[in-house]
Amino acid sequence: MQASAPPMFKRGPSLLVRLAFFALMSLVLLVADARFRYLENIRATLSIVLFPLQEAAAVPSTMLGRAGEFFVTHAALYRENEQLKRERLLNGAEAQRIRALEMDNEQLRKLVEAAPIPERQRMVAEMLYETRDPFTRKVVVDRGSVHGLGVGQAVVDHLGVVGQVTRVFPLVSEVSLLTDKTQSVPVQNARSGVRSVTFGLGLGGMLELKFMPVNADVRNGDLFVTSGIDGIYPPGLPVAVVTNIERNVSSFARILCVPAAGVSNYTRVAILSPGPPRPASPLVPASPSAQPREASR
Amino acid sequence: MSRSNLGDNILGGEILRPVRGVYITSTLALALLINLIPLPGWLASAMPDFVVVILIYWSVFQPHRIGLLPAWVLGLLMDVADASLFGQHALSYCIATCTAIFLHRRIQMFPMSYQIAHVLAILAGQQAVQLLIRLVASADGPDMLYFVSSLTGAAIWPAAAGLLTLPMRRRAKEEEVG
Repeated sequence: MQASAPPMFKRGPSLLVRLAFFALMSLVLLVADARFRYLENIRATLSIVLFPLQEAAAVPSTMLGRAGEFFVTHAALYRENEQLKRERLLNGAEAQRIRALEMDNEQLRKLVEAAPIPERQRMVAEMLYETRDPFTRKVVVDRGSVHGLGVGQAVVDHLGVVGQVTRVFPLVSEVSLLTDKTQSVPVQNARSGVRSVTFGLGLGGMLELKFMPVNADVRNGDLFVTSGIDGIYPPGLPVAVVTNIERNVSSFARILCVPAAGVSNYTRVAILSPGPPRPASPLVPASPSAQPREASR
Repeated sequence: MSRSNLGDNILGGEILRPVRGVYITSTLALALLINLIPLPGWLASAMPDFVVVILIYWSVFQPHRIGLLPAWVLGLLMDVADASLFGQHALSYCIATCTAIFLHRRIQMFPMSYQIAHVLAILAGQQAVQLLIRLVASADGPDMLYFVSSLTGAAIWPAAAGLLTLPMRRRAKEEEVG
């Protein structure tokens, strides 16, 4: 863009040539990102550049929140404090019961020689913002690889599963919500034990249980919890509540549910540490010599 | 960036002060900052994309001062912030900027209502480009509110153009003297 020449002369390559150049660059990036996921390093670098801006942009909403907190009345605080104390008492009793059950369970598992259930560390992260992109359901949280976060870790709140960490930058990370189209979670009906997989439906904030037979034992109001067979989510976390069942649409029932966790209204979430390494899949038989090779394929 | 030629600094018969590069850069940075403000879902989808609006403004009124490179870089930054495909915003911003530069003489001449119509078309076009990229990449359509952002973007155009031109206006005294 040399402007020193008089305007009647062309300067540099023409507009269309420049557009073609940048469009080509963008297309290369798009293909590299969508097909091969090559560009995570560039993304991470740009995210560090963006981080101060994001922090600055979050100031107005934090200020508003602070101002709101300032005008909370003494009575409201007192009420909340009382309620929290009551809840803590109840939770404490529950925690003691769980500890006893855990010990019991551990001993029973030793008796039947089952592997112990590993404990998972929790890390509390603050949600920075929901992404503007209307095509995805993602939030950005303020913990990144410098805090020890890794791709694939499960994200929960006090009500159930929120989603999964899908991209980690040095200072922030992206969490794909359950309702994102790319997210699926293996679940189990807490009432009947029927196993299924939830798929995010994207925009409506709903989940769908796909490939369930028409006569599956599922009712409205059933709670689905994680089955834990994926090795990402620990078993037993609430995922979704069934709200709508249509049994005569196709050869499969169409079952819709809403997420159990407050997927779109929270500010703090807990990120679980990854579970133990999974055995390599597909599983090979323990003694390959005992079985003919072809049979295992 | 060097000094712009005089022709760019006339708006509706009024001669404006030359624009400093710092001013252009800082308005674009401010637009990016506003875009990053966290908002609840429905409000976020109705908010205009301030970066494109400001890019269009500079492309229309200072077409020789702004190129496609800033549009492309800002697009990449928005891609990272929005967790969208890398290059999605970059491509659409480039196309919007290019269209605005291409049409700048026409848009400058028009009265405000026609300007708004043009800006609306450019904004909707760049959203359509993003939509197309997403449909090709993952076949997941957005909801009905998707193009509302273009409407609000066009609606803030008069205010944005007025505000951005304000610091370039000569004061009455200055005009008397020179």
